[in-house]
Amino acid sequence: MSALSLRGIAKSFGGNAILKGVDLDVQPGEFIALVGPSGCGRSTLLRILAGLDHADSGEIILGGSDVSGVAAADRNIAMVFQSYALYPHLTASENIAVPLAMRRLSRVQRLPFIGSLIPGQRAARAGIIRDVREMAVSLKIDHLLDRKPGQMSGGQRQRVALARAMVRRPAVFLMDEPLSNLDANLRVHARGEIVDLHRRAGVPTVYVTHDQAEALSMADRVAVMIGGQLLQLASPQTIYDDPAHVEVARFVGQPRINLLPALAENGTVAFGGIRLALEDDSIAGNNVTLGIRPEFVSLTQNRQDALAAHIERMEFLGSEVILYAKLDAIGETMVVKLAPAEVAGLSAGMPVALALAAEQAMVFAEDGRRLRAAPTTVDATREKAHG
Amino acid sequence: MASIAATFLPMRTAAARERSEARTALLFALPAIVLIVLFIIVPIVAVVVLGFTDFQLGDQSLRFVAFENYAHLLRDRAFQKSLWNTATYTAIVAPVSIVLGLGVALLIESEGIGRSFFRTAYFLPVASLIVAMATVWQYLFHPTIGPINALLGEIGVRGPNWLGASATALYSLSIIGVWQSVGFNMVLFLAGLTAIPRELYAAAEVDGAKSSFDRFWLVTWPMLGPTTLFVTTISIINAVKVFDTVKALTDGGPNHASEVLLFTIYQEGFVYLRVGYASAMTTVFLAILVVLTFLQYRVQDRQVHYT
Repeated sequence: MSALSLRGIAKSFGGNAILKGVDLDVQPGEFIALVGPSGCGRSTLLRILAGLDHADSGEIILGGSDVSGVAAADRNIAMVFQSYALYPHLTASENIAVPLAMRRLSRVQRLPFIGSLIPGQRAARAGIIRDVREMAVSLKIDHLLDRKPGQMSGGQRQRVALARAMVRRPAVFLMDEPLSNLDANLRVHARGEIVDLHRRAGVPTVYVTHDQAEALSMADRVAVMIGGQLLQLASPQTIYDDPAHVEVARFVGQPRINLLPALAENGTVAFGGIRLALEDDSIAGNNVTLGIRPEFVSLTQNRQDALAAHIERMEFLGSEVILYAKLDAIGETMVVKLAPAEVAGLSAGMPVALALAAEQAMVFAEDGRRLRAAPTTVDATREKAHG
Repeated sequence: MASIAATFLPMRTAAARERSEARTALLFALPAIVLIVLFIIVPIVAVVVLGFTDFQLGDQSLRFVAFENYAHLLRDRAFQKSLWNTATYTAIVAPVSIVLGLGVALLIESEGIGRSFFRTAYFLPVASLIVAMATVWQYLFHPTIGPINALLGEIGVRGPNWLGASATALYSLSIIGVWQSVGFNMVLFLAGLTAIPRELYAAAEVDGAKSSFDRFWLVTWPMLGPTTLFVTTISIINAVKVFDTVKALTDGGPNHASEVLLFTIYQEGFVYLRVGYASAMTTVFLAILVVLTFLQYRVQDRQVHYT
C-alpha cells in the first residue's frame, strides 16, 4: 500500500486551471521530487497536500483514509517552507517545540504561568524538551537552541526548520524548495544532508523544486509537472534517458536537449538534410520533433551523413565544453557537449560537421507524446535537394 | 574640491579626511538643527525657566521665585484633581481603544468585500473635526432628547445625565475619546497585520495551531509587537493630551469633575494669565510624558524586536 495517494486532484483559480487532474502515489519511505518550471502548479499541489488549500476535486489518501476535508493541523503532514517560516520571536528550541506543544498540551496547559498548575503539564513539557534536544543533537544544531532566527545564518535556519518538521515524526514530509535561499556551495552540501536525513528517518518525502539537477540528484523518483499535469513519474535515470513527453525532455538535462523539427515518412525521419531510419515505419507523413541530447552529438571529419554547421560560441566549463553551432540547412542552433581536447583549434564562426548517435535520438509526435520508434541508423542516402 | 585636494595631497591622513567628512555632515544637518533648536528646544527651555518665575501676561517685569510655583502645585486641589482625572481618562481610553482597534483591524483584515468601506467608516472620526463632532455627541448624550437615553428608556433603564452630572462627565468624555482613537489605532494595526508573512500562518497551521485563536497567540500577537508598542505609546500620549472635547462639551465641569491637565494649564495661562504658574504645570506635564515614553520603550522594546 502506498503511503500517500493523490487521485485526480484538480484546482483552478478564477477560471484558470492550475492543476488538471493529478495522480500520484508515494511509496513508504520514498523520496519523490516534484519538479517543473515556475507556474506549473507544483506549489499549489504541495499546499493542497498540506491542507493549506483545498482541491476543487479529487482525493488525498493518507495511510488508507481520505484526508481531503481534514484541516492541515490534523493531517500529520509536516512541511518545510521556502522561507523556513520560523517564528522570529521564539528561540530555535521553542520553534522546534511548537508542533509538539500544539499536540501534546491542551490549550489551557499551553498558557504561561496558569498552564504549569494543570496536572500532567510538567511531565509533558519535560518530554517535549527531551525530544527537542534529541532532534537538535541528531541535526547538529544543539549549540543553536537558545538563539533566535534573526541571529542565525541561512543554513542554520534551514536546519532548525527541518528539525521543527521532523520532530513530531510525521506520516509524510513536504518540502517547498528548502534550498533555494542558500548560496550555491551550501546548497550542494545541503542536498546530501537532506537525502541522508531522509534515509535515516525513512519518512516518505515530497520535495518540490524548480531545479531539475536537484530533483535528479536527490530523488528516488522524479515527478515532472508541466502546465498543471504530471507528465512523467519515474526514476531520475528513466526521466533523463527515456522521457515520455517532449516537455519532459526539454525541461530535464543541462545543457538542454536539442529539439529539431523533422518529417517522418516511410520509416525514416528527415531533417536538416539527413535521414534517420526508424525501427518501424508506422508513422508516416507526419511532422515530428527529433530530440537528441548534447552528449550524443559529436564532431566528425566525415562530411557524409553529417550536419554542416557553423560555430556560434563555445562555453568552457572545465571538464567539458559546450559548443553552440547553427545548422546551415535549417538555421536551428545545435548544442553539443564535448571534451576540451576535441575543440582544440576551433573558434566561433568556423564550419564544423556534426554527427548524431542515431540510436540515442528520440522522436516526439506533434502533440508532444514520445513515439516508440527509435531511429536505428543514419540513412546512407543523403537528400539531394539541399545540403 | 575635496577630491581634487586629495589627489594633490596624497599624504593627507585618514583622520584629517574623517574630520572634513564630519564637518560636511554637520553642514548638511545644520538646517534641521537650527529648526529643532528654534522651535522645540528654545520653547521648552523658556517654559521651564518661566516655571520658576511669577510672570503674568502683560506684566512689565517678572520675579524669580525658585520652586514656589511647584510648592504651590503640591497644595493646589484643582491641579491634583485634574491630574487624577487625566490619569483616569488615560487608563480608560488607551487600553480600550487599543483592544478595540486591534479587534476591528482583525475583523477588517479577514473581511473580503467590505474591507475598504469599513476601513473608511472607522477612520472617519480621526479625520473629522472633533469640535464639530462634539455637537453631535452633545445631542447623543442629551439627558432628555438624546437618542442614547431614549434607547435606554426603551429597555426600562433611566439614563444618566451623561455630560451634566459630576459622576458621569469624565466617563462620557472617555467614550468619546475611545470613539475618536479606535480608527487611528485600527489603521496602524492594519498596517502591522499586512506586514506579517503569510507563510508563518501556513507554518502555524501545519504545526498544529488548529483554531484562529491558537494562530493569533502563536503568530499575530507576537509579530504585532512593534506595532503594539507604537500604538500604546501614541494612545497614551494622545489620551494625556485630551483637551478639545473637554473645552467644547463640559468646560471642565461640573465642579471640576472633568477637568484634565491640559485644560487646567489653559485656564491658568490664558484665562487667569498666570503664565509662570501655567509654565510650572506644563513642565510637570512634559515630565510625565517623557517618563511614560521612556518607560514604555524600556519595558517593551526588548520584547518586541527579534533580530
